[in-house]
Amino acid sequence: MLRRLNRLLGGDERRVDSRTIYVGRQPGSTNEAFIPPKFCDNRIVSSKYTVWNFLPKNLFEQFRRIANFYFLIIFLVQVIVDTPTSPVTSGLPLFFVITVTAIKQGYEDWLRHKADYEVNKYRVTVLEDGRRISKESEKIKVGDVVEVVEDETFPCDLILLQSSRDDGTCFVTTASLDGESNHKTHYTVPDIEKDLEMLCATIECEQPQPDLYKFVGRMQIYRNNQESVVRSLGPENLLLKGATLKNTKKICGVAVYTGMETKMALNYQGKSQKRSAVEKSINAFLLVYLCILLSKALVCTTLKYVWQSKPGQDEPWYNEKTPREKETNLYLKMFTDFLSFMVLFNFIIPVSMYVTVEMQKFLGSLFITWDKDFFDPEIKEGALVNTSDLNEELGQVEYVFTDKTGTLTQNNMEFIECCIDGFQYTYRDTASELDGFCVTDGPVSKLPQKASTEREELFLRALCLCHTVQVKEPTEQDQGQGGGLLDQVDGLGVDGEVLQPPQEEKGFIASSPDEIALVKGAVRYGFTFLGLENKVMKILNRNKDVEMYELLHVLNFDPVRRRMSVIVRSRSGDTLLFCKGADASIFPRVRQEEVERIRMHVDRNAKEGYRTLCVAYKYLSAEEYAQADAGLREARLALQDREEKLMAVYNQVETGMSLIGATAVEDRLQEEAAETMESLQGAGIKIWVLTGDKMETAKSTCYACRLFQRNTELLELTVRTLEDGRMRREARLHELLIEYHKKAVQDVPPGVTRSWCSDSQDYGFIIDGASLSMVLNCSHESNSSLYKNLFLQICQNCTAVLCCRMAPLQKAQIVKMVKNSKGSPITLSIGDGANDVSMILEAHVGIGIKGKEGRQAVRNSDYAIPKLKHLKKLLLAHGHLYYVRIAHLVQYFFYKNLCFILPQFLYQFFCGYSQQPLYDAAYLTMYNICFTSMPILAYSLLEQHICIDVLLENATLYRAIAKNAMLRWGPFIKWTLQGVFHGLVFFFGVRYLFSNPALQNNGQVFGNWSYGTIVFTVLVFTVTLKLALDTRHWTWLNHFVIWGSLAFYVVFSFFWGGIIWPFLSQQRLCSVFAKMLSSLSVWLVIILLILLSLLPEILLVVFRNPFAPRPRQRKPVQSSVGVLQSPRSSSRHLLMRTFSDESNTVF
Amino acid sequence: MMASSYNAKDEDGNITVSGPGGGALRSKKPENTAFKQQRLPAWQPILTAGTVLPAFFGIGLFFIPIGIGLYVTSNNIKELEIDYTGSDMSSPCFNCSQSFSWNSTKPCTCTIPFHLDQPYDSNVFMYYGLSNFYQNHRRYVKSRDDSQLNGDSGSLMKPSKECEPYAYFEKKPIAPCGAIANSMFNDTLELFYNNPNGTKVKIPLTSTGIAWWTDKHVKFRNPGGSNPNFTAVFQGTAKPVNWRRPVYELDSDPENNGFINEDFIVWMRTAALPTFRKLYRIIQKKDDLLPTLPRGSYTLEVVYNYPVRSFEGRKRMILSTISWMGGKNPFLGIAYITVGSVCFFLGVILLIIHHKYGNRSNSADISS
Repeated sequence: MLRRLNRLLGGDERRVDSRTIYVGRQPGSTNEAFIPPKFCDNRIVSSKYTVWNFLPKNLFEQFRRIANFYFLIIFLVQVIVDTPTSPVTSGLPLFFVITVTAIKQGYEDWLRHKADYEVNKYRVTVLEDGRRISKESEKIKVGDVVEVVEDETFPCDLILLQSSRDDGTCFVTTASLDGESNHKTHYTVPDIEKDLEMLCATIECEQPQPDLYKFVGRMQIYRNNQESVVRSLGPENLLLKGATLKNTKKICGVAVYTGMETKMALNYQGKSQKRSAVEKSINAFLLVYLCILLSKALVCTTLKYVWQSKPGQDEPWYNEKTPREKETNLYLKMFTDFLSFMVLFNFIIPVSMYVTVEMQKFLGSLFITWDKDFFDPEIKEGALVNTSDLNEELGQVEYVFTDKTGTLTQNNMEFIECCIDGFQYTYRDTASELDGFCVTDGPVSKLPQKASTEREELFLRALCLCHTVQVKEPTEQDQGQGGGLLDQVDGLGVDGEVLQPPQEEKGFIASSPDEIALVKGAVRYGFTFLGLENKVMKILNRNKDVEMYELLHVLNFDPVRRRMSVIVRSRSGDTLLFCKGADASIFPRVRQEEVERIRMHVDRNAKEGYRTLCVAYKYLSAEEYAQADAGLREARLALQDREEKLMAVYNQVETGMSLIGATAVEDRLQEEAAETMESLQGAGIKIWVLTGDKMETAKSTCYACRLFQRNTELLELTVRTLEDGRMRREARLHELLIEYHKKAVQDVPPGVTRSWCSDSQDYGFIIDGASLSMVLNCSHESNSSLYKNLFLQICQNCTAVLCCRMAPLQKAQIVKMVKNSKGSPITLSIGDGANDVSMILEAHVGIGIKGKEGRQAVRNSDYAIPKLKHLKKLLLAHGHLYYVRIAHLVQYFFYKNLCFILPQFLYQFFCGYSQQPLYDAAYLTMYNICFTSMPILAYSLLEQHICIDVLLENATLYRAIAKNAMLRWGPFIKWTLQGVFHGLVFFFGVRYLFSNPALQNNGQVFGNWSYGTIVFTVLVFTVTLKLALDTRHWTWLNHFVIWGSLAFYVVFSFFWGGIIWPFLSQQRLCSVFAKMLSSLSVWLVIILLILLSLLPEILLVVFRNPFAPRPRQRKPVQSSVGVLQSPRSSSRHLLMRTFSDESNTVF
Repeated sequence: MMASSYNAKDEDGNITVSGPGGGALRSKKPENTAFKQQRLPAWQPILTAGTVLPAFFGIGLFFIPIGIGLYVTSNNIKELEIDYTGSDMSSPCFNCSQSFSWNSTKPCTCTIPFHLDQPYDSNVFMYYGLSNFYQNHRRYVKSRDDSQLNGDSGSLMKPSKECEPYAYFEKKPIAPCGAIANSMFNDTLELFYNNPNGTKVKIPLTSTGIAWWTDKHVKFRNPGGSNPNFTAVFQGTAKPVNWRRPVYELDSDPENNGFINEDFIVWMRTAALPTFRKLYRIIQKKDDLLPTLPRGSYTLEVVYNYPVRSFEGRKRMILSTISWMGGKNPFLGIAYITVGSVCFFLGVILLIIHHKYGNRSNSADISS
């Protein structure tokens, strides 16, 4: 074996994808010239900027955004070319936007700098030449031996060399890495001498890679005058930077990855940016407006030169050009004229829209965090918003992909029953059955019967041994309490008393709640797991004896095998293998005659919605064990393909077992899961359940959640329906797909969308992972796309789809497939576990549930909520409102700038196409910033066109805004036409008034600035009042902002025209506003034009909701499209009903 | 071994870890305030035919009388326009317009007779009107120096470069600089009443009160404060190229001379449209019994200085009375009557709809 290892070593020596680290003194072998390898230092740099590069880098990044770049260009044009408006008008808003963004990013970066500094300057203890030296964390080099004490975080990735615990283990918690707060055990490298000073070794390990749970390496320890010893290193030896040492006084480890090469740093990456549909609409509208802008400028330039070609027009005697203008080349002049027109009309695409949209999104998302309905008293947390970019997308969801475990169900496992050798044992939590065993009649035998005691005990021992649960060690502070707990555990055997749950909770720690449930279940039957010490598992059996088992190997769980095993050696010297796992993965590996007895129980339990596991064991003979041991050790030492090799050994060992029994663990439905699902379906959202669970379990959950109704016809495409003796699988698949397609798609009356008619037959679709991969990866290219299409069409016509036995990647595949299907529907994924991360990242909106399975889902989600039931309000109320708000905001912004710039455009026809601005520069600048920005911002934050309560009661209202209804071309054209109409009214109304500019009773006349100011006044009032008309929810803030803006405009105008401003070169507006208001005609025309502009608006509103009573008074509509509010029945009851529903299944 | 990797759920290695600076989760219970819970008390108006109906009738009833009032007022305003451009051969000013040259020292005068059919009772306002004159051309509008006009002595000697090419003349700063000032209207218009007995009576024209009060007293100021010696104040400046006289000789009255000359101020307020009128003189009503301008024939005497033929412009003289709404303009009256009638009409339609469908059911569906 050593030879083989050496060969491996030699072969791997020069590989680039591994690194060699020298620990302690130089390796004894002198034949190699020692070149100190170069590794990066332990400095963490998460900040983006430094003081020096902040300005250029930040500016560069900001101007990479198309919009900012566009405004920069406009600004530069204004600086360079002689343009009608001063560069200040567009420079100031741009400067404001850029500055605010830069300050925000600078502040965030400063925080990162601070955090980096703290991490980098942290004092750590490094052992050097036998002395303990305190060093700054950033000075740690690869190969340094670092000492870490309890509750400290590891400064870099370390290989655990020594622990203060006797058994060479240490406990860590990776809460800050992946959110799992349970303690994890890590092991020292075996055969390290106690004196680290003397240690001399090389570590060879792979190059840094981000996977937290993968690490392969090898440590070669040189002993004085002895041959070197090689030890394998795996993830269990690696302590990750960022994890915290717990329950262990101190450890020593050697640094293998430092600084930016640590797994934590490699994992630190921004999530890919998700863009909402609204943003895409905005960009489309922007393009339209850009075209309008360009064509306006083009029209004006052309007409200008046509106009100028007439003699006397270009340069009349009263208006001569400067010599420089005369000299300019004609074509260059045309070009600069074009640019000037662009600048004059550029306000049609406002800078402030981006600011307002950003602010709306940011401030709007606060309402989600503030919502007390999202607060969960259990975990004492509310909703969490990770991105505010997708608020409005919540109102657009068409497909919801939900995980089952932990999302639809609580993931709060409770041991319900078990079956041993075909006999059913149901645990009843009653005092009368003190011994904990109650045998109910199993389906096999009607008579109360028990399995033999021997089998019972074997089964319970298996439950106690086959797991990775730890007993929580009492810390020093609560030693007394912990002792009490142990006493009670001891006492349990004596009086057979059931432990009180809270104390029980404290007892065990595991990452999976199933395991705890099983271990606790065993406790109820009298077998208590006392803990693992020095690789010895202790069990307190029914006779209050402590049984000791030496833990030889743990064959870890993985999702492919779907089982785990332990190999233990009992006191008597027997080597036993216990294995537990999903039925499908156990049954083929046990003797078939045993299977039938258990299968019935398993199937029945699965139908009731329980999670079932089968337990098997086998005795290993000495030879068998030796072989397995060797295989395992060898596989663990492999540097390449370790996973595959291990898997092969596992599969080899886990054969020929005998089945003892099965367990059933109940996973309760989440609160209001059924109601939530029903509302979402009522909202026209299609719900797909994607789960890794068994079909039967998942199906019953679906019935319980009312995703499948009693009358739902189930279309099944699973391994079971595909197993048809007569045909090949693929042919059968083809046949079934065609058949279902005919049923679900073709038979539907044309023109009716499935989800909208409730009286016709509902279909539910069930597919499992294996069948799905057959559909997706069909051998024939041509069939593949056909199947995919058929599959999608069937699914789209089903009210609910259940995909079971899904691998995480398959979940993401499904989401992706639906996302890219016709019409590109908006998808939402909701889940709570690490296995949902891929689909959460894939979907348009990812929602994490703050469940029990760590924080990965929450961290990768866009929004996190404590419970599934909160999804209803998040979508139906928040999503709906956000969508309406932002859609209105966007449309309104384009509208108000169109009617702002249109008069300016029209004015060109009256001023010789000379780019004369209609409005004063102050008005041009402040229109979007001050006069009209606040009301729309307030609207877009506070508007509730329909009360939240009504939205929640009538899920069907959600359909009204489906498919981006408010931002399609129809509404856009409507708004644009309105803008054009308003612009025309403003301009020509004043134009006809000015056919006689003597508007005062003293005969004095008004000039061009009065003209512009009148138009502008009408504009500001109309635009604001239009918004007032659209506002359905007037809070005091709306009143304040709307009337305040108008008042501000008036006050500002008085003020602006009131004095001579020393810094202005032209006093254009001096007293213009006051003079304007002293004319009665102007008052009359302002009133007339405002009214005339709003008249169509009022009419439209009136005709849209004629005589409708207020929505808050409206009773919940039991409309034909609405989902029937079926009487609430307990989910338990529904679960029972599933048997009768089985008959609906189509085969 | 890495502990606890058994999990009935599938796990994959897809784990992202936030680095330093990752946001901390807030664990505070959200405050139960009306604002944060989006439950601010709110007024929720719903516009329905029922609520809008009275408004429509109201607007209709309110606008139509105003419109009629405006229309009648506008119609009662007497206005007379005389085009004296002289582009026709028959026009009395034809010769003047043909023989125009900037350098001629002898003024060309033409006389236009006209007849008033009705007496003008109240104050009569005399306007001059120009057509196809782009006072709102950008190059023109900006060609001025407001700080010079505001009496700033620095700007007087160093006009803004916006005034180019009318900033300097032979190295001397032009006061007032710029194209607007340079092209100031300089025709002199005089009115004579032809008495039936054959004598011509010159009608007194007031040249003050024609400019905005604020312009005259705030925006425009002569340099040198109250120094009455304008020659000294404007020492070293040049008159605008096209002017016959320097700015301080516009009027004999020191309160109406220099930059605060009202004719000048009126001209400096650039017109909004290429066809415009500007107030020239006011004929004050003297006697309550006699009309300001009685019926009869009149003569307009024009000193023809201002060339418009080169850009095909027209010149007009307008006599007009003024009402509370300003000069004659039927637009407002007509617009008010129209909008008022439309509102009234819509009100009627809505009333019909309201009666027909309103009481029937809530779900009456009238799509727009």
